[in-house]
Amino acid sequence: MRNNLSSLVRARALLTAALLVVSTLTQATPDVQSWTTAQGTKVLLVENDALPMLDIRVVFDAGSARDGRLSGLALLTNSLLDEGAGGLSAQQLAEEFESVGAEVSLESLRDMAYVGLRTLSDEPYLSRSLATFRKVLTQPDFPKKAFDRQMARFKIAVKSRKQSPSTIASEAFYKALYGDHPYATPVAGTEASLAKIRLEDVRDYYRQYYVAANAVISIVGDVDRAKAEQIIDDLLSGLKTGHAVAALPEVPALQESQTIFIEYPSQQSHIFIGQVGMKRGQQDYFENYVANHPFGGSGFASRLVDVIREQRGLAYSVYSYFSPSRVAGPFIMGMQTKNEQAQQAIDLLNQELRRYVKEGPTDKELKNSVSNITGGFPLGIDSNSKMLGYLAMIGFYDLPVDYLDTFIGNVRAVSRESAHKAFSDLIDPDKMITVVVGQRVAKPD
Amino acid sequence: MYKTLILFSSLLLSSCAYQNTRTTTVGTTEGSVASHQLDNGLKILVLENHRTPVVVSQIWYKVGSSYEHDGITGLSHVMEHMMFKGTSNHPAGEFSEIVAANGGKENAFTGKDYTAYFQRIASDRLELCMRLEADRMRNLLMDESEFLKELEVVKEERRLRTEDKPTSLTYERFNTVAYTNNPYRQPIIGWMQDLDSMTIEDIRDWYKKWYAPNNATLVVSGDVDPQEVFRLAEKYYGDYKPSEISQLKPRTEAEQLGTRRISMELPAKVPYLIMGYKVPTLRTTDDEDEVYALEVLSGLLDGGSSARITRDIVRGKQLATSAGAGYDMQARHETLLLLSGTPSEGVSVAKLEQALKQQVKKLQTELASQKELDRVIAQVLASNVYEQDSSFYQAMQVGMLETIGLDWRIKDRYIDKVKAVTPEQIRQVAKKYLVDKHLTVAELVPQPLDDRKQNDAGVVKHAK
Repeated sequence: MRNNLSSLVRARALLTAALLVVSTLTQATPDVQSWTTAQGTKVLLVENDALPMLDIRVVFDAGSARDGRLSGLALLTNSLLDEGAGGLSAQQLAEEFESVGAEVSLESLRDMAYVGLRTLSDEPYLSRSLATFRKVLTQPDFPKKAFDRQMARFKIAVKSRKQSPSTIASEAFYKALYGDHPYATPVAGTEASLAKIRLEDVRDYYRQYYVAANAVISIVGDVDRAKAEQIIDDLLSGLKTGHAVAALPEVPALQESQTIFIEYPSQQSHIFIGQVGMKRGQQDYFENYVANHPFGGSGFASRLVDVIREQRGLAYSVYSYFSPSRVAGPFIMGMQTKNEQAQQAIDLLNQELRRYVKEGPTDKELKNSVSNITGGFPLGIDSNSKMLGYLAMIGFYDLPVDYLDTFIGNVRAVSRESAHKAFSDLIDPDKMITVVVGQRVAKPD
Repeated sequence: MYKTLILFSSLLLSSCAYQNTRTTTVGTTEGSVASHQLDNGLKILVLENHRTPVVVSQIWYKVGSSYEHDGITGLSHVMEHMMFKGTSNHPAGEFSEIVAANGGKENAFTGKDYTAYFQRIASDRLELCMRLEADRMRNLLMDESEFLKELEVVKEERRLRTEDKPTSLTYERFNTVAYTNNPYRQPIIGWMQDLDSMTIEDIRDWYKKWYAPNNATLVVSGDVDPQEVFRLAEKYYGDYKPSEISQLKPRTEAEQLGTRRISMELPAKVPYLIMGYKVPTLRTTDDEDEVYALEVLSGLLDGGSSARITRDIVRGKQLATSAGAGYDMQARHETLLLLSGTPSEGVSVAKLEQALKQQVKKLQTELASQKELDRVIAQVLASNVYEQDSSFYQAMQVGMLETIGLDWRIKDRYIDKVKAVTPEQIRQVAKKYLVDKHLTVAELVPQPLDDRKQNDAGVVKHAK
């Protein structure tokens, strides 16, 4: 597992994709402290002094959903933060961080963009890494040279995506599902949109979205409340207060089915079938989450793996998931199979979905899923990095601060009937987007 | 790729004096690791920490793709898949079902030099995992119809991971050229042609040959008492008889006698370059200082965003949109120090190759500054703290070392060894090993994807 080239990992981890970030607790949950700063920034903290290290993640409502007409702008802006800040060059910043063993993480997704720091908590490492981190967060210079270079990288990345059938399929799926909605476009932009982005757009984007009122901070590790407050106040004092952003438009339900086939010279056909799914924190979130688990969300314990892989050997990876988002994210079933088997696979996926919507999970499936989710809860929070991700999600999506404490109860409260009802209310098998990327195989007569 | 540098860093866990309430204590504790060996040869390593009520259990077998020969490539990996297909006590699928119902996660992975199986679960369920894992060491069914289905799954896996990924396919063929007779030339997942001809008898033989207590190491990391782990291991594995494990032929790599080149003409959009120089590993070397010097050298090239390749080639001259270096010092056979990259628009692969070679030349002629070395060391020291955030990773470190035939205690020496590397040693290994005679170069030359067809997206709408 040292690098992806040298070892093979079975698909299980892939099958239960990271998007299904959920678990619960059998032991005492770590104490989550939460407060809001004077500038309106929500903070979530878990103290843990077992290791001399600290993780901080500053999340902004500044993902690609805020791109406007300039698809790729959010990611581009985020990726330029450490390419020159506070008068230091990219090289100087990197040397500052790396000379104290600190790691910076920059990420921009559909909903959120974040700036993260992992650092040793002892001095002088902590002060030095925080000082550099503050520059990256609050004083990016956006040098023209870095902008041009990053733009060139983005354009190559657009080309690379065209040699990946699964990426082609995924992009076509989002486009078909979301139409004019901001979720429709690729996070990393398109050839046409990138050509329109100017350096000034990046500066404007940063000024508007990387502001305290639009931020949520999660912090985990070797720090107490007073020190955490001091660190955060210092970081935020460099940011403008600004405004929280307006709500995203709601996602209209699909009105009709659509099938898209894209010819590609691959041995396998990549298949995505799905429709509009859930938003974070919605009423029947737990019912739908639990319902998807035995269907296609639990790897080898799921129906889809049983029907597609175990019974027929049609695919290595097959799954279904909800990607709960600020507004309704997608529900997706996905797999890949050699081109000759694509139609058989699509028929099976649809047949299983119809049956599941009609019948729901069995008593045994529901029981096993609930015990897997609740029993597996400690695994989901057994490291600082996992806890950090949870806090960011809870804070960003305005979930209750006791989300972790109440999780097990919420999952256990789901019955076979309530799971079935929620899933069948939400998912309409007659209105699905189907995307296939691969080689069309002539049907034998 | 820099992960290889931090992989070994030693642990700073305070060695908890475990409370032993039993009458007899077995095994020994050194640093953070308690170890014990059963009479049948099974080795057990325990890394105790009580941060969270979770345990990781891994069993490592000394078998992987480098144990295979031409005609049976991919066998170790298919074997791994078959380990989930039922035993005389638990039918196919039941292992996974039981673990899942108990809130656990489980999986397996196959490498060149190892095959490993693992579970992550609440620490009070360790015994359950131990019982199930021990069961499939000896009682596997290996039903032919299950095998034939699973073989199709593995072929789909090969299509997914390799056949339809231009860079993966390039890397696969690059290895076949870089190595002459050493088994690292074979893909872990196996050639499609070998998968086509694989039989259930091949699997049965492989299982019999390698799956035995005296060819395995059990590693348990997390919220456990080592004495309890040893007791459970004795209970579930203790009755197994050891097998006679065949001695592998050495297959020491024949010396390379000049630069080798291949081009891969594949439907793709973006060119790609891989270069590899033959280098020793901790297993193959007579002088381990050289190996640590190569490790630090690799850190100078690609140890973070401040390192030379990003500084000079990606950010500086902008010849590549991404580029990097990698070196795996823990392998049974001679391996490669890899350099790779994607050239920027309008830059030829030849020009990128030249730039990477200039980096090599600089390593051979100039001494690294202490400041630069200090940065590599600072990252190693910090990583040593960060990696304790993951019990899984810590278990992997010792499991892998033991399985490739190195002492797991090497991880405790890693930091001191890295710190001791001098600029002169780095220059020496660069001059000795990074030579054209021992270089292999592969280039991905994109061929048209047939744009006409791709734009002709057949969209079918039908209202229901």
